[in-house]
Amino acid sequence: MAASKKIAMNRRDVVSRILKDRGDALLVTGLGSATWDAAAAGDHRNNFYLWGGMGGAAMTGLGLARAQPDRRVIVLTGDGEMLMGIGALATVSVAAPANLAICVIDNQHYGETGMQETHTGHGVDLAGMAAAAGFGTTATVWTKKELEGVLPTLYDAKGPVFVAVKVGTDPVPMVLPLRDGTAIRARFREAVLGDRAYD
Amino acid sequence: MAPTKQKKPKAPDWPDKLFRSLKEAGIAQVSYVPDAGHAQLIRSCHADNHIKTTRLTTEEEGIALALGAWLGGDRSALLMQSSGVGNCINMLSIIQETRSPLLMLVTMRGEWGEFNPWQIPMGQGTAKALEDAGMIVYHVDRAEDLPETIRAASQIAFSAYRPVAVLIGQRIIGYKDWRK
Repeated sequence: MAASKKIAMNRRDVVSRILKDRGDALLVTGLGSATWDAAAAGDHRNNFYLWGGMGGAAMTGLGLARAQPDRRVIVLTGDGEMLMGIGALATVSVAAPANLAICVIDNQHYGETGMQETHTGHGVDLAGMAAAAGFGTTATVWTKKELEGVLPTLYDAKGPVFVAVKVGTDPVPMVLPLRDGTAIRARFREAVLGDRAYD
Repeated sequence: MAPTKQKKPKAPDWPDKLFRSLKEAGIAQVSYVPDAGHAQLIRSCHADNHIKTTRLTTEEEGIALALGAWLGGDRSALLMQSSGVGNCINMLSIIQETRSPLLMLVTMRGEWGEFNPWQIPMGQGTAKALEDAGMIVYHVDRAEDLPETIRAASQIAFSAYRPVAVLIGQRIIGYKDWRK
């Protein structure tokens, strides 16, 4: 059974490795640890950090992917955040954005509220739910070797792509990115749209 | 002999005018949870090759979608029934905090001549809930006011970067006679 496999990867190592290959991809991060992980990997003008709106990361990614069909859009979020907006898997699948990949950093816990367990440690298989919603490409990875293998899928496979990466709960230092939502929005739009951002 | 023409009930023309107002406002994405009052508008959006239409499982998905669309340079509109407004409240914070536009078209239930008591609590609270969440609310009760209201709402959304909801009164949509 999948849930009994050993979790060995550290979330910061995983996110740094994923973002090393980002190229000119656009990144939307879900509130909490995924946002801190992306900041720890190095701030970037193509990062849009959500600090709120739990459950909205995948749908923010979908709106962006539909507006920018020639850019790769990566949604990086946590298992708790994904579960709160789980219907988005159906919506994204039916919208079928070829340029969107969702990557859930799955530590099976709510990291910001005291490390309570989420459903994913109790048999709920997010990649399986994405597959059942109609995602053509899904994966759950447990090891560094599997992570290396899935990166080309995350960045190049025809979307929508869903990848869950199982990570541990070892404490990591807090790294906070820009906090002002208006500044995050303006900087991101300027990076994507240039002068048109201020029309 | 020419076939006898069956007289069909005439469809209201305000949804088509509403659609034209959305086109004039440069709307590139439309998302929705369906409502009978929006049926004609939803069909028009699906039929338009230049509008990317997204069907949602729940209304708050559309708030996040609107933010993402704006991040990528698209103007969007979100259609829902008043009962869906309550689902949106926390998600509206991402629009407020990023000072991004939001254009929401809400068809009202629980308002004018409602027969279903279960629609009343949310219908009566719709405008207040949206205003408490920081949205600008325009309520329209006459079909002829709709195109102009959409123009005004679009300008406040996309030129002044603010979230605005147009409430389309049950008086326009017509209430159901529960005895029929």
